[in-house]
Formats: sequence, C-alpha cells, structure tokens
Amino acid sequence: MPTVSEKSPLVLEVDGLKTIFHTRDGTIHAVNGVSLHLRAGELVGIVGESGSGKSVTMMSLMKLLPEPPAEIISGTVFLEGLDLLRLDPAKLRKVRGAEIGFIFQDPMTSLNPVFNIGFQIMEPLREHLGLNKAAAQARAIELLELVGIPSPADRLGDYPHQFSGGMRQRVMIAIALACDPKVLIADEPTTALDVTIQAQIIELVKNLRQELGMGIIWITHDLGVIAGIADRVMVMYGGLVVEHASVADLYAQPRHPYTRALLETLPSLDGTRTRRLLSISGQPPHMTEAPTSCPFAARCAHVHDRCRAENPPLATVSTGHEVACWWSPDQVPPGSPS
Amino acid sequence: MTTEAAALDPLAEDAEVLVSVENLCMHFPIFKGVIRRQIGVIKAVDDISFDIRRGETLGLVGESGCGKTTAGRSILRLYDVTGGRILFDGRDITALSGEQLRRIRPRMQMIFQDPQASLNPRMTVSSIIAEPLDEHHAATGEAKQQRVRELLDAVGMNPRFANRYPHEFSGGQRQRIGIARALALNPDFIVCDEPIAALDVSIQAQVVNLLEDLQDKLGLTYLFISHDLSMVRHIADRVAVMYLGKVVELASRDELYSDPKHPYTKALLSAVPIPNPKIEAARSRIILTGDVPNPANPPSGCRFCTRCPVAEEKCHLVEPEWKELAGGRRVACHLAS
Repeated sequence: MPTVSEKSPLVLEVDGLKTIFHTRDGTIHAVNGVSLHLRAGELVGIVGESGSGKSVTMMSLMKLLPEPPAEIISGTVFLEGLDLLRLDPAKLRKVRGAEIGFIFQDPMTSLNPVFNIGFQIMEPLREHLGLNKAAAQARAIELLELVGIPSPADRLGDYPHQFSGGMRQRVMIAIALACDPKVLIADEPTTALDVTIQAQIIELVKNLRQELGMGIIWITHDLGVIAGIADRVMVMYGGLVVEHASVADLYAQPRHPYTRALLETLPSLDGTRTRRLLSISGQPPHMTEAPTSCPFAARCAHVHDRCRAENPPLATVSTGHEVACWWSPDQVPPGSPS
Repeated sequence: MTTEAAALDPLAEDAEVLVSVENLCMHFPIFKGVIRRQIGVIKAVDDISFDIRRGETLGLVGESGCGKTTAGRSILRLYDVTGGRILFDGRDITALSGEQLRRIRPRMQMIFQDPQASLNPRMTVSSIIAEPLDEHHAATGEAKQQRVRELLDAVGMNPRFANRYPHEFSGGQRQRIGIARALALNPDFIVCDEPIAALDVSIQAQVVNLLEDLQDKLGLTYLFISHDLSMVRHIADRVAVMYLGKVVELASRDELYSDPKHPYTKALLSAVPIPNPKIEAARSRIILTGDVPNPANPPSGCRFCTRCPVAEEKCHLVEPEWKELAGGRRVACHLAS
C-alpha cells in the first residue's frame, strides 16, 4: 500500500460543515460540524451507524441534497482551493463527475436502466472532457478493462440488468473513474454485495489506488472492510466526528467509548469465542436539535455529569489521533464516579 | 470475557434429532411465452440432506441466491417441495396439507429479515403478536392480553407499548416484535432468516443476545440463516455451507472455522474482512473470480468447478458425493479428505 506523506497536497478541505433538514415534524440536525481533510493518494474511511450523518456529509459537500428540505447552515468546502459551496450550479456540474467521482451503495438503482452502459460511461467523458464519440468509446473500453470486466468491447451495448451485482458495481466504479477525478467518494460501495464479490471489489480499489493516486473517501459501517484498506479512519456518531486516527492507532488504541464498544461488539472469525456478545444498550439519538451535550452520553458506559452538560470538542490526544470525549481510558477525570 | 468451556449438548453424536431433511429438492418452474410453456427449472434447492438436533442452532451460510432462504422456507413447508423428505420430530411432514399441516404449524415458526416489511403497519403491536394466538385459538380475552404482555416482556420491551404501531419503533425494536410473534405459540423450532442483516452493528448484538437467552430459557432449536460468517461463528453450534442449491460442507462450528475442507468454505472465510489492520495487512486472500452461475443452468459436475481455484478435470465431469469424514463432518468435494 502506498504510504501517504504529510507533503502530499491537500485535495479536499472540509471545515465545520453543518447540514439540517427542515421537515414537517421540525428540524433534523443531521451533520453538526464535520471537518475533513483529504490528501492526494490517501484513503480515509468514515465509519458510523445509519443516521450518523456520514452520507449526508458527503452529499452536502457536493451539494447533492435538494434544498429545501436540506440546508447547509455553515461550513466551507474547498476542492484544491475551489469553494464548492459558493460555486454557481453550472460550474458545480463541471466539478461533479469530473473532479469528484461518486460510487453509491446500490448499483442497481444508481445506474439508469434504459441506457446501455457504454452510453453511461461515455456520457461524462463527452460532457466533461469533450471527447468525440470514437475517443470516448475507446476510453470506455479501457475503463471497463481497468475494472476487470471481461471482453469489454462486446459489453458496451449491454444494459445494467444484464450485469450481476458485482459487475454493476464495477461499471459504477468505471463511471466514477472516467474523468480521472481528484477525489473519489465511495458511499457503502460493497454493502449490497456478497463477501466474495466484496473481496473482489476491495482488491480492485486497492490496485486502482496504486495506479491512479487519487484521494478516496470510503464510507461504511463495516469496521472489517476499513481495517484492510484505509490510511485514516473517522468514526461518526450523531452527526459528529467522535474519533479520528490512523488506522493502526484506531484499532490498537481506540479511545472513544463508542469506538471501543463498536470494536467489542463485533464477533470475530478466529481466536476465542465470547460466550456472550457485548452490546451497546439503547438507541441512537434523534437529532431534533443541535447537540448541547455529548450525543453518545445516553448509551455510554463511562458517562459522568460533564457529558450531559457540555459537548466535548475534538481534541488531539497524540499525533494524528483526535477524540471528542471527556473521558479518557488512561485516567479517571476529576469529579466522576470511577 | 469467558471462553466456550465444554462442548454443548447438541453436539453429542447421539443427540436427539428434531428436524431431519432428506434429499430435499425445491425446483421452481420457468414459464415463457403466451401459453406459459415451461422452458426450464430453477433448482433453488437441489438434493440437500442434514439433521437439526433438538436444542441446537444450525447456521446456514452462503451467498445471495444460493438457496438458503428457500431451504428454510421449504423445511417449514411454506412451499410444496419437489422431492425428498422432511421429518419433524419423527413425523413426515413432506406431504401434509390443509388441516393436518395447520396443526403442526404452531411448533415451527419463522423470524424474517426485514422488520419493516414483515409487520403490518396498520396493526398494533398487540394485534400483531396476538394474531397467531387468534389463528390457532390458543387464547382469548384477558388470557390473550396477558400472553401478549408476557411475550413483550420476554423480548425486552415495555408491555405498555402494546397499543402502538410498528412505525413508532426502531429497527431493533421491530425485530423484537417479530421475535415475540414467533414465540407466541411456544414453538420448538424457529427458522431465523437473516434476522440481523437489516440492523446496525450495535443493535445486532442486542438481538443476537436476546435470541440466545430465549434459546436457553425455552429450549428452542434454531436454523440460523445468515451471510455474516462472524456472527454465525458466534451463535451456531454446527454450520452448513450452501452453494448454488447444494450443501457443500457441514461441520461443527469449531471444526468448520479452524479447518474448512471445501474450497468454497475456504474462499468464503478468507473473504471476510477482519477488523484488525495488522491481520488484514498480512493476510493473503483467496479471491474467487467471476460470479455465481445461473441456477437455471448450473455447471455439470461439481457446481463450484467454474470458480474453484483447485478444480481438476474430474470436478467438471462428476458430481462429488456428500461424503462423511472423520468426526461426523460432511463435505461434497472430490479433493477433500
């Protein structure tokens, strides 16, 4: 795996992003101040449960959410110096698909069933790169070959339903990579796939990363997938980043009680088998208002008074390791029951 | 953290068999054209045999489309099976129909994958859970309400929620309602069809613990269908692996995970990501090429031969027999020994 040096240029800088949804039943605070920095050639994993705001963060930074009901109330997003949130729609369209590629969870619903896949791969090539039909076709064949689809030239005329789930996801990846994007956002790209196909796709992304050197954001709820491919991991809960560390640190020394609990609840494939699974009691928060206390407080095993009064900010505990928690695994904070 | 102490009772060789499946086949016809002529069959389940012992959890794993759900539903006689026999508690239920089948239904129940789709949104929790009681005239009036409260309590929900509707609950809670409904008639055997697949990681553990508690308390027997191999390792006593309508390997949990015999089982286990970057970096994966073949037109010989990394000529020609290895484990592979 390529090591990403601190000197690699930053391609994507997100700071203090907040997104809310205006619904009939009130406001939903889906993203409550997320910051994210991505370097070229780096793979950042974002882990969280459903409703933790991981997908909404990614949709917000490309302004893919319909407004209203969604509203981005604060924050900045810079793609190599370009302010995405203040870009006019026409220019933004030039960025989407060209500079930023997107892979969605469900390859069935994200491909258009009435166009053949050749057309769907060639569309961004002709739109963004201005290639003529013959050149776009040649490039499309090259892309399908890159993502491992056998006899690509014969398959350009096929429709999405003629491909299996794993093959469709490969087509999605080919489309996302078509214009050589600087940033690739993969939103649960393997969740809908079987494990053997998931292994194929992960292997493919690993190889492509080495070849193409783009920054990748990989959203998932599966801590196992992230362990194998990411350089850094951000754990999200209740619309906030609660822990951020290099992949080795996060798994070796998780500090946030939520991360620790998540890792403990997972049954393992080898080693000793626990008699009983540890579980996190309770439910995720409702997010009907901006967090004034720690969003995890209600389910946390180490909760104390301060957690219910003040929302902990993301603070650096060691190089490259940030945690938003008043509790520390090393010491018992003053004034709390041990 | 306590480790598994002694082998569980159901693992004993002479354990009592509750459900016995013999050469079960479930083929679905494919029709085409104006006159709906039959042009072929999908062999969703093709000649599978195994026993489920009383009190055990048999894990049934495989990729989507391998026939594991069809197998579960056939065993419950939700289909009229194409061939083979199903013995439930010593009684042949393969050909039962009408009232006789209805009589046996209370003893075998099902928990479904999608807690959203399997609960009627227009019924209250209480009427959902009471429906099997009404259907089988098991309880009426105050006794029925009492039973509903008992069941809600058993699955860890507040009995005061009985008059609410499914949409008022989260996924994990809805799954608990589905479990309460399955328990209503005191079944012996429950088919759990991917009961945790639609739930978040932190909620999965809650539901699995509940299923285990109920098993201990009520002496239930589970067929646990799942594609999550790590969870199956946690919950199952024995595990059957299915591929394209066939059971390719059946072994006790520890044997299967520590020493898989079938190349498909090996590939499946190696494909599961492990939440530990050090192990992940050092691991060499068996990456299977291609996809699962079409079950309407399965390959000749061994069904796995098209993707098998170690297939020989024989595998393409001769179908491997379902042979028994030492220790009572079974595998369908020419090369395994």
